[in-house]
Amino acid sequence: MNIHEYQAKDIFRREGIPIPPGAVATTPDEAEKLAAQFGGTVVVKAQVHAGGRGKAGGVKLAKSPAEAKTLAATILSMHIKGLPVTRVLVTPAADIASEAYVGVIVDRASKRAVFMVSPAGGIDIEEVAATTPEKILRIPVDPRYGLLNFQALRMGLFLYADVKQARAAAKIMQQLYRAFVHSGASLAEINPLVTTPEGAVLALDAKMVLDDNELPRHPELAALRDESAEAPSEVRARNAHLTFIKLDGNVGCVVNGAGLAMATMDLVKYYGGEPANFLDIGGSSNPEKVVNALDIIASDPNVKAILFNIFGGITRTDDVANGIVTATERAPLHVPLVIRLTGTNEEQALKILSAHGFTAMTDMDEAVKQAVSLATTGAAA
Amino acid sequence: MSIYIDTNTTLLVQGITGRDGSFHTRQMMEYGTQVVAGVTPGKGGQTFDEAVPIFNTVYDAVQATGANTSVIYVPPMYAADAMMEAADAGVQLIVCITEGVPVLDMTRVYPYVRERGARLVGPNCPGLISPGASKVGIIPGRICTEGSVGLVSRSGTLTYEVVYHMTCAGLGQTTCIGIGGDPINGTSFIDCLEAFEADPDTQAVVMIGEIGGTDEQEAACFVKERMSKPVVGFIAGRTAPPGRRMGHAGAIISGASGTAAEKVQAFRDAGMRVAERPIDVVGLLKTAT
Repeated sequence: MNIHEYQAKDIFRREGIPIPPGAVATTPDEAEKLAAQFGGTVVVKAQVHAGGRGKAGGVKLAKSPAEAKTLAATILSMHIKGLPVTRVLVTPAADIASEAYVGVIVDRASKRAVFMVSPAGGIDIEEVAATTPEKILRIPVDPRYGLLNFQALRMGLFLYADVKQARAAAKIMQQLYRAFVHSGASLAEINPLVTTPEGAVLALDAKMVLDDNELPRHPELAALRDESAEAPSEVRARNAHLTFIKLDGNVGCVVNGAGLAMATMDLVKYYGGEPANFLDIGGSSNPEKVVNALDIIASDPNVKAILFNIFGGITRTDDVANGIVTATERAPLHVPLVIRLTGTNEEQALKILSAHGFTAMTDMDEAVKQAVSLATTGAAA
Repeated sequence: MSIYIDTNTTLLVQGITGRDGSFHTRQMMEYGTQVVAGVTPGKGGQTFDEAVPIFNTVYDAVQATGANTSVIYVPPMYAADAMMEAADAGVQLIVCITEGVPVLDMTRVYPYVRERGARLVGPNCPGLISPGASKVGIIPGRICTEGSVGLVSRSGTLTYEVVYHMTCAGLGQTTCIGIGGDPINGTSFIDCLEAFEADPDTQAVVMIGEIGGTDEQEAACFVKERMSKPVVGFIAGRTAPPGRRMGHAGAIISGASGTAAEKVQAFRDAGMRVAERPIDVVGLLKTAT
């Protein structure tokens, strides 16, 4: 789960990381008031789950409360990478002497949390990794001991020649590691970590991605979810316990299992079509899930045909068949439906479907070809 | 012959009285797996289906029955502890079916299990089956048949799709193993490839990967340098957009790495045949063997 910069900053502050003050505004008037409180010169930052906010014009310097109001109005009317901006963070502008990068992620290869730090901060770290890898220091953390003092100091000294600043940075890294572990994060990042002309070390930005699997342990963090910052169809899908990702094509896909769902999308493309979505109804086959899945897909105006691809293992195909019948009785479909199902209780499923006027196939390739043909020409293959 | 499980596998089920645990225990027993014990804290002394003794702890179960393998169906927040409990009790093979285990939990579980010399398969996996000998997990027995092809995959239902095509075409399997779709799991592609290479009955291997991470690329290097047996590959997620997690926690393209194209290329560079569609695995296997 993504959280906003201001939310990540609250978490970092609780661990003691030095961060300049800031507050969130949802209207231009609020932004003006906050700017006045902070003494006039402020930065107005779009709070949206997308990288490259600065490049998109979502981060601006305002020299007066009036300018903060104007800029907030502009930013609050923006969409960045398709997502609407509904909140801005207003924070006093800081004088910056240097910018560094500090991040901790879960690394698949070493199967541990790994710190990455670089004196080349303020820019995309993946770009630094690609062009000047020698400017990045990576330190894996043993989960039994946490980030040790000497490791943190080594990273601090990699960033700063000044020992006092290196120690300050080391302390921040240990605080960041605690925030990372206590929140059940898969990423925690400060970019940039800055030094001021007076020599102080401060976190000017904050980013955190929380592991969805940890959220049951942290209801207070789960509550940070901002549904206005996500595609409405994806919010509906999550609330219905479906994994759904909207794409741009016209063949709607309902599949059980993530791997098979991806393979189905690939096969749609292979036969000349474009998938409209990724949708995994998961292992259990509660008919209600199928109803919700059909509902979400059918509401996408791009969808010209819907394809079910179910390989029943734990999933009972008769449950899926019942779900299809229930859903289409409740809300008749306006696009053709192609059903492929095989596996557990296949005979019952086929009986249920044919009793309600549906035909089903057992071969995945045939079903995909059919769906692509219906979506592109309106006729069966 | 097979890898990891065979007729000598004696299984204990952690979470045997739960909804999934009890259902799949019956399926495994029906298939012929020797289920010797179950564990549900607080239900020690009871008997599952009048056939399998239930214990409060894995330690008790292992002491009493000598079980050498454990399968875990406990809820995600308790799964890490269950895996470590099994390793501590001396179980050699631990198969965790549970989906949704926090990844930071796995950073602690992995070294713990390893230091105790146990092998962990999963989490978030369908388990494994050696057709005709034993099944540990949830792979439907009737889609598999005995034969000489080893299969390793990160997926569940996609594995079934491919195995089903193989079985229909008369290509039986030594062992089918799903290693799971999470970013950190106990057994890697390379572990399985190494075991299949060493298994005298396995004549060819199918490896089914997906987008995200670099496990497939590393496995391809292993195939090139260490495998004498032919390996057929398939990668799911060619149409997946970058930056989005495609169901599996591990299936995400980050930056330019982890794409299907990169993995397909790595497979080809290693001399592997790569299937365009799941069904193409059959034809490639037939020409490879």
